[in-house]
Amino acid sequence: MNELVFFINNVVIAGSVSGSIYAIGAVGVTLIFSIMRFAHFAHGDMMTFGAFMVLLLTTAFPGAGAAFGVPSALVLLPLAMALTALLAVGIDKAFYKPLRAHGVKPIVLVIGSLGVTLMLQGLIRLFAGTSGQSLYIDDRKEIFRLALPFEGVRAPVVVTEPQLYLFVITLVAVVGLHLFLSRSRLGKAMRAMSDNPDLAQASGINTNTIVAVTWVIAGGLAAIAGTLLSLDVTFKPDLSFFLLLPIFAAAIVGGVGHPYGAVAGGFVVGFAETLAVFNWSVLLRPFRDSLPEWLTQSGNLAFVGTEYKIVVPFFILVVILVWRPTGIFKGKVI
Amino acid sequence: MDTKRADTVAAPGRFPLRELLLFAAVLVAVLGVYAAMGPAYSTRMLVEASCYAILALGLTIQWGYAGQFNAGVMGFVALGGFCAMFFSIPVNEAFWESELPGELGLVLFYMVAAALVVFGATRLDRLGVPKKLRTLIAVVLGVVLYLVVINTFRGVADQIESRAGFIGGLGLPVGVGWIVGGALAGGVGYFIGRVCLGLRSDYLAIATLGIAEIIKAFLKNSDWLTRGTATVSPLPWPVPGPAEVGFTLARALYLSVTAVMIAVIFFLLSRAYHAPWGRMIRAIRDNEISAAAMGKDINKRRLEIFVLGCILMGIGGAALASFNSMFDPQGYLPLNHTFLVLVMVILGGPGNNLGTIFGAVAVYIIWIMSEPLALFLMELAVTFGEGAFGWDAPTNLDSRALQARVFVIGLLITLVLRYAPKGMLPEKVRHHG
Repeated sequence: MNELVFFINNVVIAGSVSGSIYAIGAVGVTLIFSIMRFAHFAHGDMMTFGAFMVLLLTTAFPGAGAAFGVPSALVLLPLAMALTALLAVGIDKAFYKPLRAHGVKPIVLVIGSLGVTLMLQGLIRLFAGTSGQSLYIDDRKEIFRLALPFEGVRAPVVVTEPQLYLFVITLVAVVGLHLFLSRSRLGKAMRAMSDNPDLAQASGINTNTIVAVTWVIAGGLAAIAGTLLSLDVTFKPDLSFFLLLPIFAAAIVGGVGHPYGAVAGGFVVGFAETLAVFNWSVLLRPFRDSLPEWLTQSGNLAFVGTEYKIVVPFFILVVILVWRPTGIFKGKVI
Repeated sequence: MDTKRADTVAAPGRFPLRELLLFAAVLVAVLGVYAAMGPAYSTRMLVEASCYAILALGLTIQWGYAGQFNAGVMGFVALGGFCAMFFSIPVNEAFWESELPGELGLVLFYMVAAALVVFGATRLDRLGVPKKLRTLIAVVLGVVLYLVVINTFRGVADQIESRAGFIGGLGLPVGVGWIVGGALAGGVGYFIGRVCLGLRSDYLAIATLGIAEIIKAFLKNSDWLTRGTATVSPLPWPVPGPAEVGFTLARALYLSVTAVMIAVIFFLLSRAYHAPWGRMIRAIRDNEISAAAMGKDINKRRLEIFVLGCILMGIGGAALASFNSMFDPQGYLPLNHTFLVLVMVILGGPGNNLGTIFGAVAVYIIWIMSEPLALFLMELAVTFGEGAFGWDAPTNLDSRALQARVFVIGLLITLVLRYAPKGMLPEKVRHHG
């Protein structure tokens, strides 16, 4: 049973954590893609920016969380979300909108977003340095050890406080987005514009508003994902480059332009990553006596080493592009 | 039909004033660097700029000729660098005298055999096996064989690392490594292109970004092959090295090699550009649908040009690694090896080879000079800040000042796209009557 606990700790929980982060990120990417039709490479850095804002605010008000009994970073998250949303709208106004007005090809917007990536990265590193910092400044990171009620189970299931917040907030964000897209007028307008921009404009939908709303949502979600990831580990300015590929893979797996698909894709990529680096020989240990020797002999049965984790999203990306480029949920735009 | 429309008549050759002015400006800048920093440093800068010019030519045919955006130049550069290292450094006797080469060969043979078996399994449906069962068999077989082979391989790699350090080189002439580097980069480009080029152009950018990180991760962590973070140096030069003829002369000789390479590549590319093949490539870039309607095989042409660009990047990367005389997988950074090249191309003029070379040299001079300049400005600000407000500066100022370059490159990309999307020397499209 200890092996099972090990599996839960290293695959189920770790996979849900990275899956949630990728899912929130991929929703933002996919929304931008469905409204503005380009792959937004600066999304990873918008996440970092959001986390950095939380870091700054938490440094300024370290005691803010004590009144509510939650970490200060979480209390200040809405403010950081607003700031990141503002940044996203500002970036669009300053850099993407002129390009769109010129009627350039989408790939030029992609290059523009790479330029924005570098600018954000430079700015964040200029102010934050290059080392990692913890977002827990005045608070203590709670770690819950849940012992399983079975005979002979010594190792507990370990969940940390930020991971619990991450699951709750992911759920809230996804349900909220679902309600927004399916019930509200603006959400319906967004879906209309994603289906057919010209028709949407002709039927009196203000496309500029929709674009701004998309950026607000994408920026807010990016801030959530970045902050929760930084809470779970630490805040690192060069976080973004390693997030970009899994997030794009998640968005494409789920079908580009398909928010629910992006959530599913995020979890697919997250679990695939943790399953690929998991050492399967641990699970075989209880059956050691009944298995052939060559299988149990080697101590390491992981598919890839942790240092090659980035291969997994790429492999998924290639498989999905070859096998079904529209994604598992049949994305609308391709 | 004697009347010709104005825009179909070949344009009369105009005096290339703009080109002359821009190249004169670059020449002045180079002379300025020579005067300020001495000949050895400046020649080094020119050699590196010429290596970057080869990379930029590779990117300009992908982006300028064909409209494909490669966001992973770094990966192809690293592959070229690896080949330059692997083929040229001396043979490692400790490895070849043990039984390890045989074991490594056996593992490689297992890999090929496993790949063939899995490939065979995917063809089982031809023998009447139902398609779903075939897929299941192929996947299970692939997973099991992969695990078995990779475990054997890990064992051999560990043995190599502990007993011989790494497998060493082949001790061949430098040029062999450069050529194989180009071929290897082209091979990886072929794989990526096959997957992505039929789809939206965004996917190519995402996939190349990914493959670049994977190549870097592989080279960094395969200690048995590349010594990983321990780096390999020195790499031999194709010309007499600094120890024999002194720094300036050796670098000047190296510069002549790269200059000849650029001249050859430039000549071949401009021939290809004006040939029917080049016109076809541009027709596909400008209007894919009408090119397809003319019966052009769009995906095949795209694949050709993408692979060609990757080959050039591999060669340029090999030349760069040989010149640095060190192979350091960790030294390959997206900023230095992808985005810098991108700026060179879009600033110089995508699709215009002369403009690209201009962009490469000009941007590289600015890039090299920005480091001392940024530090100087930063120190000035600190002295001023301390004097005026008693501000105590953070200690890691040097590393932070360099981050300013990241910002400047990003700003440059967005500004050029906005205000000069065709670059300083725009592509000249000649119309034939």
